[in-house]
Amino acid sequence: MIGRLILSYPDAARRTGGLLILALTTLGLYALGVSSAWLGYLAPPAAGWLDENPALGRFVAALLISLIVAANWKALQQLSRRQQIIGVWIELFALLMLFFFSFDLSFTFIAKKIGFLITQGVTTTLYISAISIVIATIIAFIGAIAKLSKNGVVYGLATFYTSLFRGLPLLMQIYIIYLGLPQVGYVISAVPAGIMALSLCYGAYMTEIFRAGIESISRGQTEGATALGLSPSQTMGLVILPQAMRVIIPPTGNQFIAMLKDSSLVSVVGVWEIMYLARTLGQTEFRHIEMLITASMIYWVLSMGLELIQSRIEERFGRFNAR
Amino acid sequence: MPTSPDILSEILLRGVHKWYGSYHALDDINLSIAPREKVVICGPSGSGKSTLIRCVNRLEAHQEGQILVGGVELDGDERKAEAIRREVGMVFQQFNLFPHLTILENCVLAPMWVKKMPRREAREIAMHFLNRVRIPEQADKYPGQLSGGQQQRVAIARALCMNPKVMLFDEPTSALDPEMVKEVLDTMVELAGEGMTMVCVTHEMGFARQVADRVIFMDQGRIVEEGQPEDFFARPKSERASLFLSQLLH
Repeated sequence: MIGRLILSYPDAARRTGGLLILALTTLGLYALGVSSAWLGYLAPPAAGWLDENPALGRFVAALLISLIVAANWKALQQLSRRQQIIGVWIELFALLMLFFFSFDLSFTFIAKKIGFLITQGVTTTLYISAISIVIATIIAFIGAIAKLSKNGVVYGLATFYTSLFRGLPLLMQIYIIYLGLPQVGYVISAVPAGIMALSLCYGAYMTEIFRAGIESISRGQTEGATALGLSPSQTMGLVILPQAMRVIIPPTGNQFIAMLKDSSLVSVVGVWEIMYLARTLGQTEFRHIEMLITASMIYWVLSMGLELIQSRIEERFGRFNAR
Repeated sequence: MPTSPDILSEILLRGVHKWYGSYHALDDINLSIAPREKVVICGPSGSGKSTLIRCVNRLEAHQEGQILVGGVELDGDERKAEAIRREVGMVFQQFNLFPHLTILENCVLAPMWVKKMPRREAREIAMHFLNRVRIPEQADKYPGQLSGGQQQRVAIARALCMNPKVMLFDEPTSALDPEMVKEVLDTMVELAGEGMTMVCVTHEMGFARQVADRVIFMDQGRIVEEGQPEDFFARPKSERASLFLSQLLH
């Protein structure tokens, strides 16, 4: 019934739908308790009226915001796809910055500390992550081969490992390795403990990714390589893995980005990486939020770097699919 | 030393059995194939023809009996299996080309990594065989860019690059569009003319008539009947074979 109405009167239906969305947005914003104070800043004469009619003022604010969003949407539709993407990024980034500025940050404080945060913090975070990424990749590869093994002992080892290290919270693993290993007579300092925990934890996740990637390649490929006389390791290295990489890379890129940020957990054992420095530098002058926001932005920039690298690698391994 | 019949056969199977679980896939197979002989194996699906030739280069392991290829016995020693695979080329129904490598790279891979041949020499050999299967101009394309018939011809060239003594064909034309069957069969007929030992699982009876020295008919894991193609097609001895032949389109 409604479907037929929509089909018969497409333009009317579209307009009704637009109005409905506008009304819902307005109601939603009103229900969320949007502030009307900004109306007072924009139009000072209205300030008195807003004080007298708070509910109505809130409704007007909600409606205006909805209309601005709608106008923005309409305006973006006029642009090409590429311009739309850039436009959305600029607008949202500006909103995010507005949000940060609303904290009344002390930029002199940030400027004073950011140098050390980068030279010490970013360097430490990057090298802990980089080493962990390499070790985790090696573990994942070995783990995947083990999980595909017919040998029960090897398979048992691999499943126990992935189950344990995927099952424990990373924070717990860091504590257990840092505080627990000395109990059995092996004293380990904070950075190696952090690297070990990150490698083992992410190695376990990535084991599953690698296994799935290798299994996604059809049996015919192995048979073709075997029939040509290639050994099992040559078959894996020359035929299976290069193809499996296409399946493995996107989720692995995800893991790398997650690991980069989870390296902040290593701060609990006193490693001077970004998170640790952000907390301690902020504490001295009670400027926590400045340092936390700065650290967040640094993590974001680093993640974008990894995203870029991931897309490059994907291109490289995906080229044989181009027609 | 007396010359036993083993020396005269390129491929020899004696009392070979294979089971998948309780399913008897190969049931007491005895078969001797002489050097330069062309053998076509046919039979209904599930009769064990593919399993049989896959045992010859040990893509599948047999459980009882003896298989000798070029006088070397396949007895579970992986090094012997690899040595035999260097002498035995195989062409699959689904081509099994490596999609991440170009046609040329597909062809030089095994010579370079298995025979440790220098790249230049491997390329020369690869181009020689790509010329032979008449697709040298496709050398730098990827398998996905070629038609099925072209891919299968590349697969044949790739196997030939290892200079095998024996070629195994596992239903090489079954996955092809009808108009591409001929180009692959023509390549195989040419190859047969050059004196290579060939074992071919196929339902292409025209090819069998033209090329085969012997036709083997299998059913339910057994060799039911074998003979020269003229006799086999004109006067099949077993009821099962005549029923099978009557169902094929000639």
